[in-house]
Amino acid sequence: MKLLRVCMKHRSVGFVDIPEKYRLLGGRALTSSIICDEVDPKCHPLGPNNKLVFAPGLVTGTVAPSSGRLSVGGKSPLTGTIKESNAGGIPAQMLARLGIKAIIVEDQPDDDEMYILKIDASGAELLPAGDLAGKGMYEFNSLVRDRYGKGTGIIAIGPAGEMKLLNAGISCNDMENGPGRYAGRGGLGAVMGSKGLKAIIVIEDEKRRVPIANKELFDKGRKKLTDALTSHDVTSNALTNYGTAVLINIMNEAGGLPTRNFSAGRFEGAAKISGEAINETTGKRGGVGKTGHPCHPGCVIRCSNVWAKPDGSYHVAPIEYESDWALGANCGIDDLDVIAELNYICNDTGLDTIEAGCTLAVAMEAGLAEFGDGQKAIELLREVGKGTPLGRILGNGTEFTAKAFGVTRCPTVKGQSMPAYEPRAVKGIGVTYATTTMGADHTAGYTIAPEILKVGGDVDPATTEKAELARAFQATTVFIDTAGYCLFIAFAILDIPEGFEGMVETVNGVLGTNWTTDDVTRLGLEWLKREREFNEAAGFTKADDRLPEFMRYEELPPHNTVWDVPDEILDAVHDYEVEDKAERAG
Amino acid sequence: MKIELHLYATLRQYEPEGHQGVLEIEDGTTVEDLLVTMGVPLEQAKLVYVNGRRVNLDYTFKDGDRVGIFPPVAGG
Repeated sequence: MKLLRVCMKHRSVGFVDIPEKYRLLGGRALTSSIICDEVDPKCHPLGPNNKLVFAPGLVTGTVAPSSGRLSVGGKSPLTGTIKESNAGGIPAQMLARLGIKAIIVEDQPDDDEMYILKIDASGAELLPAGDLAGKGMYEFNSLVRDRYGKGTGIIAIGPAGEMKLLNAGISCNDMENGPGRYAGRGGLGAVMGSKGLKAIIVIEDEKRRVPIANKELFDKGRKKLTDALTSHDVTSNALTNYGTAVLINIMNEAGGLPTRNFSAGRFEGAAKISGEAINETTGKRGGVGKTGHPCHPGCVIRCSNVWAKPDGSYHVAPIEYESDWALGANCGIDDLDVIAELNYICNDTGLDTIEAGCTLAVAMEAGLAEFGDGQKAIELLREVGKGTPLGRILGNGTEFTAKAFGVTRCPTVKGQSMPAYEPRAVKGIGVTYATTTMGADHTAGYTIAPEILKVGGDVDPATTEKAELARAFQATTVFIDTAGYCLFIAFAILDIPEGFEGMVETVNGVLGTNWTTDDVTRLGLEWLKREREFNEAAGFTKADDRLPEFMRYEELPPHNTVWDVPDEILDAVHDYEVEDKAERAG
Repeated sequence: MKIELHLYATLRQYEPEGHQGVLEIEDGTTVEDLLVTMGVPLEQAKLVYVNGRRVNLDYTFKDGDRVGIFPPVAGG
């Protein structure tokens, strides 16, 4: 395995051996370690001193189930913190099988040209993007397929990234060459644009394999993990049949579905945009629409879907819970075809759907459209790709838009908008939003599992004592993101201990390590600490680990509760010294 | 008394015929009683929310309760 260094200033590429300190790292731990080692925390995220790192997970590219994740890391222009955003799709497995442990993109070209990094079995080269620059993602992916062949892996930015807008994500193509698998959060697409890199295209060499140190152990672990995923009700049934949007109804019943820019916890149109509705409509319309769609080869969960227009033709893939909520309930929109069109615009322009939906909701609150006005929402979102002044405001995300229009109900932490769970109704997820190294991010520590879903425990969402819960989830998550597994394996392995062991055994099998399940938390905390140190050096303090003020004084119906988790609890999440002292004393 | 009842995901097949959201039940009916009446396997009713709060099988309904019942689900 090699590191691929790409210098955009000199337009040079070079493969180097893996330094010993990175040998046991992959995915998020690797992207974050490289950023910590090589990037000045005080640098401008869109300047020459930031770097962009792409890394498949440790087991990515093997036959381990649901493990095709690509981590992308850098200093975020949206949050100013370290950032890791990961995505499914097909390129990560291909990179891993080509022996690439990470790609490090450095510096910036002196001209304003856009380039494409092409990687295949013979090496890597930078090519002028030529007529591919400026293209929307659907046309771009189609042109790349025509020129480089079916099954080419594509990691790319749309016009939003080329314009260096703070809500620009990085697209990975899915098995049908759609661009809908995004490392969306944190504006890393703008970093890619600032480096003049339109895309990385990956051409597979099917004869190559990821090296595995202990095949027997790997196979044993793989079987245990696969058994857990195919026997747990959530990963074998609910996610496969209804997709992630199965959460719409349950968050609505729990009173925690943020509605109309976080002004209520229930949406009267929830049933119309639910996973059940997606499943039913997809069945009725026929054509290319489907549920149970895998985002990469070898996924046994298959939570993705393809949404078809009323005539059965392709509209968008996937409609995920987060996108469905952000562009739906949070904007007061109850029409799945409108949500699909908004999602399509995000995918084509190269925008994160969560940030885009929260931005539209803030714009609606500012009076740019009525809540629920789908056609106006579509018009507003189209402005982003056109690069108009209004489009650039909206393309810079929720907080930027709130400032531009004087909106105080701005649901962000460290500049990043909240996802689809109301912290006033579900306190643990609020603790995660406040204290993760990433800005408001549910995937950083998904306490919703025990608080709402009775998975991995049974915890009352209304109580505030959630420091330990948030810490444990954040630590375990870093390990899963490092291994390259989809976070959804957590639903099965948190309930089935053999599955958890199997996950660790696959990693040990690849690396030749002897890590135990206890090491998962230990290593996770160690890696988290590194990310925290970067943020501290960038100027972040405890005062930044807070939710927006309005949540402290605006009661959220139906529970009519405010955000009341004391600051001391938030500060305890990452106070490792207090933990160490307690351990020594205890 | 009346409750507002919604069954979700795979449990929708157990909704009483012609169910329009509101259900007339007898005083003292518990969650378990209702599930048995509708023929819902108890282990399938993993999550029962009443008025936005999760309750157990022994919860006794009150007039006007809003009830949502789910099989094991998750997302993200």
